[in-house]
Amino acid sequence: MSSRDRILGRVRRALADVPRDDTPPVPERPGRYPQYEQAFPRPYLREHGARDVERTVELLAENLADYRAVVHRADEEGLPMLLARLLAERGARTVLVPAGLPPWWLSAADATHVPDRAASTPHELDAVDSVVTGCAVAVAETGTLVLDGGPGQGRRRITLVPDHHICVVHVPGQVVASVPQALERLSPTRPLTWISGPSATSDIELDRVEGVHGPRTLEVVLLR
Amino acid sequence: MSGTYLGMPAFPEAARDAVHDRTLRGNLRHATHTIRAKRAKAVAEVSDWAELREAGRRIKDHTLLHLDRYLEQLEESVTAAGGTVHWAADADEANRIVTRLVEETGESEVVKVKSMATQEIGLNEALLEAGIRAYETDLAELIVQLGKDRPSHILVPAIHRNRGEIRDIFRAEMGAWGRPAPADLTDTPAELAEAARLHLREKFLRAKVGISGANFMVAETGTLVVVESEGNGRMCLTLPETLISVVGIEKTVPTWRDLEVFLQTLPRSSTAERMNPYTSMWTGTTDEDGPRAFHLVLLDNGRTDTLADEVGRQALRCIRCSACLNVCPVYERAGGHAYGSVYPGPIGAILSPQLRGTASEIDASLPYASSLCGACYEVCPVAIDIPEVLVHLRERVVEGGPVVRNGNKVVLKPARGHAAERAAMRAAGWAFTRPGVLRAGQRLASRTRRLHPRTLPGPGRAWSASRDLPAVPAEPFRDWWLRTRGGKNTPGPDAAGSTGEDGLK
Repeated sequence: MSSRDRILGRVRRALADVPRDDTPPVPERPGRYPQYEQAFPRPYLREHGARDVERTVELLAENLADYRAVVHRADEEGLPMLLARLLAERGARTVLVPAGLPPWWLSAADATHVPDRAASTPHELDAVDSVVTGCAVAVAETGTLVLDGGPGQGRRRITLVPDHHICVVHVPGQVVASVPQALERLSPTRPLTWISGPSATSDIELDRVEGVHGPRTLEVVLLR
Repeated sequence: MSGTYLGMPAFPEAARDAVHDRTLRGNLRHATHTIRAKRAKAVAEVSDWAELREAGRRIKDHTLLHLDRYLEQLEESVTAAGGTVHWAADADEANRIVTRLVEETGESEVVKVKSMATQEIGLNEALLEAGIRAYETDLAELIVQLGKDRPSHILVPAIHRNRGEIRDIFRAEMGAWGRPAPADLTDTPAELAEAARLHLREKFLRAKVGISGANFMVAETGTLVVVESEGNGRMCLTLPETLISVVGIEKTVPTWRDLEVFLQTLPRSSTAERMNPYTSMWTGTTDEDGPRAFHLVLLDNGRTDTLADEVGRQALRCIRCSACLNVCPVYERAGGHAYGSVYPGPIGAILSPQLRGTASEIDASLPYASSLCGACYEVCPVAIDIPEVLVHLRERVVEGGPVVRNGNKVVLKPARGHAAERAAMRAAGWAFTRPGVLRAGQRLASRTRRLHPRTLPGPGRAWSASRDLPAVPAEPFRDWWLRTRGGKNTPGPDAAGSTGEDGLK
């Protein structure tokens, strides 16, 4: 008897007291559970509070800053100059550029472009100063950026190993209010990274300290 | 390496040293009080907390009551996405599977994300026996590992250490494991975190195998979720070529959408943040991004035995947030080590005796490691009624009865050492069903109250050592009622008309 069969058998015996008439519905098509959703009324809110789009973007900026991300604003005309300035202030000689990042974003930057390649070793990434990416969605209520590896976002590791990450968010187009709204927009088939501020720890006396293994500086540009 | 939990003394003995350790008491008090206030604030920000909590409870309960179906579906989804699923009935089997998988890669070291499940099965020790070094990469786990210590908290395994102790451990031990700590290391948390960053980075960059647990597994999509703060999780999940995740079967949720509940309740309950810094979600393997091989080891190790208990199975709803530890008056004073398990605090007091059974001294004593104050139930984001399960487990320890161990039904014998309690309860039950006997007993107690000792003799001594015996009133209530009709005519029981020494009118 395999362990799989043994464990599943134990589960079934353990549930002998449970009436089995309310078995989980079989999906009509993979990934959809209309009956499950009907059986599970969700009395919680889709978003907290009523805000207009402008206020939602403001809330995103506030919550990003609250968790120690540095927030900037730019329009399309000003973005290249802003990115060039942020990289220069940082003293970045090299910048990681994911595939699909609009070329004009970094058109004014002096730093040497390092492409995001599958063949790069972690040690090569470790030598890069900064990384610039877009994102898939940003969550205002929690101050969270979500990257899904789409165009302009690159592999998961490029936003992890360099010490300085600049993330550009299209506002209001990429901004949602809440976690439930973010999950609706995201696909589970893609690898997802949710980022809320620079890395932090509460492991020493349960006091929060920013900057452990991920980028110690997270800059967010809200692009109109 | 973390020590073994075998042969731990019962909770009261284990707690005695901790309670007398002033440094430990100070460390724990500071940390738990810091986080308590923050959690309350983070929860108050969300106006639908009660609804989220109820939704979390229902999702988890539904999953547990159909766990066989969801596990089969999870296996199918993970396999379809390029992962390989293994099943481990107990700790030994899980350790064998993981050891074999690491050996097949030809590597002799692995990096680990903080994982309760791998602590529970003693994976690091098992790997070491096979000549494989496992490096813990979570800051607190690193502190514990370097200090040859044991974790004492679910979220913050080194909560029992203060910054000065951490600095001393880093200075003394880091060199033996890799990059030494700077000679002039101070005890500021930022510098300690920096030392850990430098020490661990070389390990991350060369690691070929990563080992993790998971916070959630989505049956419908095959997605695994790891919620973390430091980025060590992301390092272990994305840099190595091979990823092995060891996850308890109860971590399953049915649908992608269900995550919207727990991603709101978990961060606020555990670190008291709106959202933790990093959450990783992956479904099988992805071409040219992250590990090329993904193995999921589904762990039973007592979980199906727990599931067989209609009252106790709710403990499997736990999402390991640790809020119950941080509000518990017993945990705050006794610390985590006294619980003799990787799951300390209130949740540990109901989880360990169910996962491991109540045969050992420590496990039989854990259901008593509580004042039943109920603070843990109040803060639990999936509404586990911990006091209810504690009382249920106490009954099981004292009375014995049918339970499931390793998938087999067995009948527990009543525990030794509770004979006096059982006799007293039986006598009380007998007297309460016989009004005449009860009245006679109460009158006798009242008339002899001047002779009563301050503490109980014999088996009651332990109980009265930490409690005042209740004072016996001058006359039983029922006699007083018969005599006065509820205070309408009020001469006292003694001619002096006293109301009894306890001042009851």
